[in-house]
Amino acid sequence: MDLRFSGEEPSAAERAAVDAVLGPAGSGWDGGEREIARDGRTALAGVAASGRRDLLLPALHALQDRAGWVSPGGLQYVCRRLSVPPAEAWGVVTFYDLLATEPRPPIVAHVCDDLACRLAGAERICARLAETIGPAGSPAAGGRATWLRSPCLGQCEKAPAALVIAAGERPAAGILAPVGDATDIAAALAAATDAAAREETRDTSVSKTKTETDTKTKTKDVPLKGVAGGAPVAGAGAAADSPTAPQPPHPSTAGLSSLLPSLPLPTPLPLPFPLSLTEGFAPLAAVEDASSPVARSVPQAGDPDLRLLRRVGVADPTSLADYRAAGGYRALARAIEQGPARVIEEVVASKLVGRGGAAFPTGRKWEAVARAASPKFLIANADESEPGTFKDRVLLEQDPFAIVEAMTIAAFATGCERGFVYLRGEYPLAWRRLAGALAQARAAGLLGADVAGAGFRFDVELRRGAGAYICGEETALFNSIEGRRGEPRSKPPFPTESGLFGRPTVVNNVETLANVPWIVLDGGAGYAGIGTDGSSGTKLFCVSGHVARPGLYETRFEATLGELLEMAGGVAGGRGFRAVLLGGAAGAFVGPESIGLPLTFEATRAAGVTLGSGVVMVFDEDADLGDALLRIAGFFRHESCGQCVPCRVGTVRQEELLRRLRDGRTLDGHEEEIALLAELGAAMRDASICGLGQTASAAIESAFERFDPFPRPAPR
Amino acid sequence: MSSDPIWFQPAPRPSRVPEAPALPERERVALTVDGREVEVARGDTLLEACRKLGIDVPTLCWLETLTPVNACRVCVVELEGARTLVPACSRKAEPGMKVLSDSTRVRRARKVVYELLASSVDLSTAPGLDRRMAAYGARPDRFGAGATVARPVKIDNDLYVRDYGKCVLCYKCVEACGTDAQNTFAIAVAGRGFGAGISTEHDVPLPDSACVYCGNCIAVCPTGALMAKPEHELRAAGRWNEAAQTVTDTICGYCGVGCTLTVHVQDERIVKVTSPLDNQVTHGNLCVKGRFGFEFVHLGRPR
Repeated sequence: MDLRFSGEEPSAAERAAVDAVLGPAGSGWDGGEREIARDGRTALAGVAASGRRDLLLPALHALQDRAGWVSPGGLQYVCRRLSVPPAEAWGVVTFYDLLATEPRPPIVAHVCDDLACRLAGAERICARLAETIGPAGSPAAGGRATWLRSPCLGQCEKAPAALVIAAGERPAAGILAPVGDATDIAAALAAATDAAAREETRDTSVSKTKTETDTKTKTKDVPLKGVAGGAPVAGAGAAADSPTAPQPPHPSTAGLSSLLPSLPLPTPLPLPFPLSLTEGFAPLAAVEDASSPVARSVPQAGDPDLRLLRRVGVADPTSLADYRAAGGYRALARAIEQGPARVIEEVVASKLVGRGGAAFPTGRKWEAVARAASPKFLIANADESEPGTFKDRVLLEQDPFAIVEAMTIAAFATGCERGFVYLRGEYPLAWRRLAGALAQARAAGLLGADVAGAGFRFDVELRRGAGAYICGEETALFNSIEGRRGEPRSKPPFPTESGLFGRPTVVNNVETLANVPWIVLDGGAGYAGIGTDGSSGTKLFCVSGHVARPGLYETRFEATLGELLEMAGGVAGGRGFRAVLLGGAAGAFVGPESIGLPLTFEATRAAGVTLGSGVVMVFDEDADLGDALLRIAGFFRHESCGQCVPCRVGTVRQEELLRRLRDGRTLDGHEEEIALLAELGAAMRDASICGLGQTASAAIESAFERFDPFPRPAPR
Repeated sequence: MSSDPIWFQPAPRPSRVPEAPALPERERVALTVDGREVEVARGDTLLEACRKLGIDVPTLCWLETLTPVNACRVCVVELEGARTLVPACSRKAEPGMKVLSDSTRVRRARKVVYELLASSVDLSTAPGLDRRMAAYGARPDRFGAGATVARPVKIDNDLYVRDYGKCVLCYKCVEACGTDAQNTFAIAVAGRGFGAGISTEHDVPLPDSACVYCGNCIAVCPTGALMAKPEHELRAAGRWNEAAQTVTDTICGYCGVGCTLTVHVQDERIVKVTSPLDNQVTHGNLCVKGRFGFEFVHLGRPR
């Protein structure tokens, strides 16, 4: 492409950060040193470079992680390297919450103010931060740090939560949860700033491949008041096993391209991957996110009856040997014995349906992609961002090898040679654990050119989201991986036919995948024997809000809502509950009359509600439902991609309308406003492109059906 | 107009029009729209099926020369068996489909979409939208005085004006600037949600961007958010009068390609140059010279 670039140059640090992802520039044409004897004769950038557009988001992450923002010079450099028009790259940068387009302090506390954290006092914390530091975005710690509000961080069982990201030469991140009060955040920011200052004075000859052990020794001398937990889990982040040197430019894709002349398929990354794609964030000393005891997130940990969570708190999630000792990789061996067709038969027979929210039969997806021509792709959708959802995070943090094994089985069954995990950017610990698991599996020959010596090829690339709920929508996820704005595509065509890079693609949720080894080992019929006819297996529920023991719970599908709440110790303080939000912000509110509702796909569907992503968020008698509705409306307004009119404008009007109801400033009258809300909801449900707009009014409308969230003001 | 100078006269018909090579016969697909049977070729959309039956389906972000993005959602129709409404502009016809183009759900969705647009965007220069909104009974004031996309007009070059307070985010200009026509990539959608808008990188002024001033974005803009400067100035002065304009086709004299120019003249002055969308050479596109290089005409007849 004949592209125009501005003259802005990256700093040396920015250039190095980008080169660590992309390899060094090949010539002056793609942003490297100009050498007239070479560059004066041929221009080699262009087709080869634009075939790597899927590295745009990783390269932008590298800039953000290094400098704390994406500077004009940095953006220009990435655009030159990848032959991407600057305007398009700007469109991508501005799409994501975690990428900053203006200079800002390198250390940022993203403070969750979403549903579960509000119930735990997030607004009080934000108000206090505003008083002490200044409004969101104000500089703190001598201009080196700041705080921002954030949508749900997926730490709801430990609410309230904050994510601290420290940009720099060795980017670090950690979760602070539960946050006691605003001083915890201020202390974490101060400590992270100190640590960064020390980092700067360290000998710069230290290799970038530092191990977690280094970090641990370095960080032991940073005691922090008010920060939960103690020492990090031993060996967490085995990413240190991964290779060190930046990789040479990628080999050509002539083979693939000749098959598909019109498709810009990405160049496969050489193995092992460039460090920065696998390493992710170092643990942030000041805010160690591995510190929270497992039982805090999974109260059932250690219970021998568990299936999906049986290794949690039992096997070391950073050790392949432990995973194998706990029965890991037996399922892959069985699958290889059985052959792809039989594996798919078993998955079909298991009646497993997707756990991401849409409940589509997994076996049917696999069958369709198995039939399709190569190349084809497998994606584990780990972009869980539905407010109140944290199940995939816990699985990836505590049992990452299970997901790697499940992906390998899925790839074997469907004939995919390349897999991706698209992990939400707010999960630094899950990233480290998963990167470590992938590296160990690769080293053990369980990923790569000849998986387990069984004669098939499969490997997995990790991709990090950058703060966009919509990228959990599968077609938006494709666009995000491809280096485009995370806008959903029109369906049909469906992903099994035309997905990532326009090729047949299996997209499975993390929890869905976690069921696969079990199905292979017990057989589809054995698996289907558990649960009900319409809901086989077990289900993970993310219980949060006003309960005694919030956390991730695994139940057989026979359990009712009341039984689940009982498992979680009932409503906190022994009180009654006013409402339960089922299925997340895109789900529905139910009241105490639903206490006997069986938590199965069929029973919830019949009751006009949904299991969604397994959210069960409890609001006690005194909870302000109106406040929750406004937050949900604000969430969808903020997360709408902006592509289609009903969602882009409708989510804004919906929030405005709720504010009018709350403030008693209705336009025509209370009932008229509620009727207009319903009409708006119907139009959004009918006419929006994707599930976001289609369900943006669901929970709000359900609340109006069952409760009176904004009582009509008494006539004066 | 016999006194017109030579370059205002209609283009002479070519002596021999080369025939396009025959395309392979496409399979026929039978479906019903509003209970009426219709046959289209495989690959045709529901919009084409509707239009074949003479059914008027509104569109805003669709244009025959661009790839459908189905973003505006005013063309949605009801498809039996589908959970939601489907965009007629991009949904391909399949055998046996049963489509309703004017059901209660369809009318409600279109009405609300028009209301959402009109309550947030200045549609004063969008041709034909008043009539559409009236047809669906759209009353944007139902949503009160909420957020709008109003923002200052951008005048950063001599040739055209960008008034993004009038932008409905139909993506047409981005497509025309990109792979659908110009391959210049000066603009893209930036931001997210209600804050999304058309922008250059870092929102730099057009002269600092990759823009080559072909004006093909203006040609496809459905709301007048993009407008050539003479039209913008005449409108600002209250002197823009389409009824008083003559429209004449001619051939561009700048190079050998032979683009058809449609010259819009008001008060003896050229006020706008376009090209027909169905023209085989241009598909409605021109370059900077053809679209903007007409000022010399006003200098008088060459001596």
